[in-house]
Amino acid sequence: MSVESIPYTVEPRPDTGVNNVKVGIWLFLSSEVMLFGALFASYILLRHGAPTWPHGSEYLNIPLATVNTFVLIASSVTMVMAWASLMKRDTRQYRIYMGLTILAGLIFLGIKYVEYSEKFHHGLAPRTNTFLAIYFTMTGLHALHVFGGTVVNTYLLGPGMKLWERNQAQFTNRVENAGLFWHLVDLIWIFLFPILYLL
Amino acid sequence: MESLGHSSHSDSQSFLWKYVFSTDHKVIGIQYTITSLLFLLFGFTLMMLLRWQLAYPGSPLPLGWLLGEGRMPGGVMLPEFYNELGAMHGTIMVFLGIVPLSVGGFGNYVLPLQIGAPDMAFPRLNMASYWVYFLGGVVMLVSFFLPGGAANSGWTSYPPLADIATTGQTAWLIGIILLATSSLFGAINFITTIIQLRAPGLSFMRLPFFVWAQFVTAFLLLLAFPPLEAAAFLQIMDRVAGTSFFLPTGLVVSGQVVDVAGGGSPVLWQHLFWFLAHPEVYVLILPALGITAEIIANNTRKPLWGYRALVYSALFIGFMSFVVWAHHMFLTGMGTAIAAFFQATTMIISIPSVVILTALFLSLWGASIRFTTPMLFCLAFLPMFGIGGLTGLPLGLATTDIYLHDTYYVIGHFHYIVAPGTIFALFAGIYYWFPKVTGRMMNERLGKIHFWTSLVFMNGVFFPMLIQGMAGVSRRLYDGGTSYLHAQDVLYLNVVMSISAWGLGLAQIPFIYNFFASIKKGVAVDRNPWRATTLEWLAPSPPPHGNFEALPTVYRAPYEYSVPGMEADFLPQHKPGPDRATEPVPKPTQEQPAET
Amino acid sequence: MASEFGEHFDAKKHVRAYLIVFGALGILTALTVAASYLDISTTAHILVALFIATVKGSLVAAYFMHLVSERRMIYSILLFTVIFLIALLLFPLFGSLDQIEIT
Repeated sequence: MSVESIPYTVEPRPDTGVNNVKVGIWLFLSSEVMLFGALFASYILLRHGAPTWPHGSEYLNIPLATVNTFVLIASSVTMVMAWASLMKRDTRQYRIYMGLTILAGLIFLGIKYVEYSEKFHHGLAPRTNTFLAIYFTMTGLHALHVFGGTVVNTYLLGPGMKLWERNQAQFTNRVENAGLFWHLVDLIWIFLFPILYLL
Repeated sequence: MESLGHSSHSDSQSFLWKYVFSTDHKVIGIQYTITSLLFLLFGFTLMMLLRWQLAYPGSPLPLGWLLGEGRMPGGVMLPEFYNELGAMHGTIMVFLGIVPLSVGGFGNYVLPLQIGAPDMAFPRLNMASYWVYFLGGVVMLVSFFLPGGAANSGWTSYPPLADIATTGQTAWLIGIILLATSSLFGAINFITTIIQLRAPGLSFMRLPFFVWAQFVTAFLLLLAFPPLEAAAFLQIMDRVAGTSFFLPTGLVVSGQVVDVAGGGSPVLWQHLFWFLAHPEVYVLILPALGITAEIIANNTRKPLWGYRALVYSALFIGFMSFVVWAHHMFLTGMGTAIAAFFQATTMIISIPSVVILTALFLSLWGASIRFTTPMLFCLAFLPMFGIGGLTGLPLGLATTDIYLHDTYYVIGHFHYIVAPGTIFALFAGIYYWFPKVTGRMMNERLGKIHFWTSLVFMNGVFFPMLIQGMAGVSRRLYDGGTSYLHAQDVLYLNVVMSISAWGLGLAQIPFIYNFFASIKKGVAVDRNPWRATTLEWLAPSPPPHGNFEALPTVYRAPYEYSVPGMEADFLPQHKPGPDRATEPVPKPTQEQPAET
Repeated sequence: MASEFGEHFDAKKHVRAYLIVFGALGILTALTVAASYLDISTTAHILVALFIATVKGSLVAAYFMHLVSERRMIYSILLFTVIFLIALLLFPLFGSLDQIEIT
């Protein structure tokens, strides 16, 4: 069954006002919220039950993470600007913004790599204590999502752009939906950063 | 847009892409059905094996030595193997059997047809969801051959035990993550399809109840599975990376203090696990309720009683199922306030369940019932599910749960719902939709033999569990209660249950034979042998790629049977034309007796 | 209403909104870090941090994810997600706050 013969893949259904992929991506994002929500719930329970709990600054590099926060927020802006460029049918501007978004993702991962290796160098690992366990797990899973999103974005800047020639609307929607995922990744970090590093 | 019935490229597709990696929801539905039926049979076999040990503790099973020294030396079951059988029976039945059959099998095949769609919204995602399920199943099966065998910490995988268990446990966790991912893909597909691909005229309140049931089920899977995925990941970290998410400080194993950081919480696992596992039980029952509703409407030749009540109850169940989970945890040391809260929500959620059951019972009133095989299974479903549901009440009340928790009463309760409950509905669904999938009917006589024998043996297996549980016999006991004084009077029931279980196994043989033989030798029928009203019966049997010759339009509610004054006793949803007889229905005169 | 490709797209208006939100997010991030140096109780720290994070998150959701102009259909999906998320976050905590006395 060719994708084109399934209605409302690109154009919105009149009574719901949305197309299929948009519904699908929001459903997926809801499940991601529950996934990270469970990890936040674990953090709450573990911290509440612990006799002592270290302040983030005891183990973590706050300045580096603050930079990372700005990097990710900036990448959210460039991502939505990439989509807006396509809405204006400006593919040159799209390429610049998408490229910046990918770059920001790589910078984020690079800084995380620096953070992690700094810790391992000092013999700090997930097994050391519960704080580090939940820190590595939550930021690790988050970093995996940053990586995944960056891979998708790279595809949309590279071979994926062929779709623009065949179906501009569909490609623009794809970028929008990839953007929704990317913004969620940013949103999760917006909560992760203060909770793990600053409390 | 190309015409719907036309297979554009299937002629040029290789066997691999057309049948193995097909993106057609019907092929995927059949793949799910066959795979899950095989897993159900395997999971059932594990239990039949386990029941030998319970009926005759410590005695050798003839030919049991074939399973090897590590499992049944000299044919006598080792306790570790007993635990594997118990844990994997539950895991396989729930995650590899029932859910893939009711959601992946029935949902995939029937749903797009019932809403008049050419396929699911995301066909490739659908294909991925089946293969990830398949992979998860392979991982679970392979785990039996790992050193130490498969998972043996119960299907609930509670730490600290699960954290320190043998390698098979890690495989179990990986398998669960794969199965959860498969369900997630499916849920996204189902919800989007129902919202977006309904045929013109098919408003939400004209949907068959089966579709509503799948809709709510998909939301449960979407939002409840991720916390279990997270928990499984944390438990893998505990087992592999040495973390202590679930390991408390000062844990002693075999006389030694475990060398971990500690500070973890075993109760945390229970919260995350049951956050999924409670909605999961509604995932187990809702599609079955949907199937039962369809078959009852069709075989009573009447509209269902209380369509709106059914729909709102299903939605309410879906919502409430997320806030009752700690009734599985009444004995973890929670205080009265929190226990009272979860007890209250649990009592409240029983109300819509009763409403649904009542509506289905009331639908029988004044009906001319066709006692076909699917209808027999559905008629039995009603009281069986009733017993299952009612036996849940003392478990939902915290005070009585203190006595009944972790006894055989619990096992009896949930098996009544899932076995003569859900599985009966799934059998009914197979007999009912078989002619749509194959163009042939299954044999009625074999079907009736299958039904009556299964009904008798189901009760033979599960009713004694309620008795044993009330006597205080704990679950998961390797010797079935032999070493406990309070169990002595009810021990004989172990033999009754085991013989019933083996009888239940034999009772499936007519079904298995019937299923395969009818594919080739069943009576050939036209596209609507049951004279049903819903859209799937408009499509040819079997439906081609694209499902319908032309996109149907819906003109009326889903169960317009026996409309007064109309000639035929059913009005299909897709048929244009008057909903009422154009001549007024004659009023009864004085001489005619009043209708009873 | 949410923008569809091909319909009139007021690029200037959208870009202006994005840049304003970007600025706000930057300021709020700096505020979050600054607030962590205040000499207040841990509970107060938690509340302040969560409050600022919620504001930031809402801006991202509303403007970058276009929720401010999205359809009711999407809101209803999110509403239930948020309700169940809150249940997941709070109920286990309530469970450990209310425990039986071991005598």
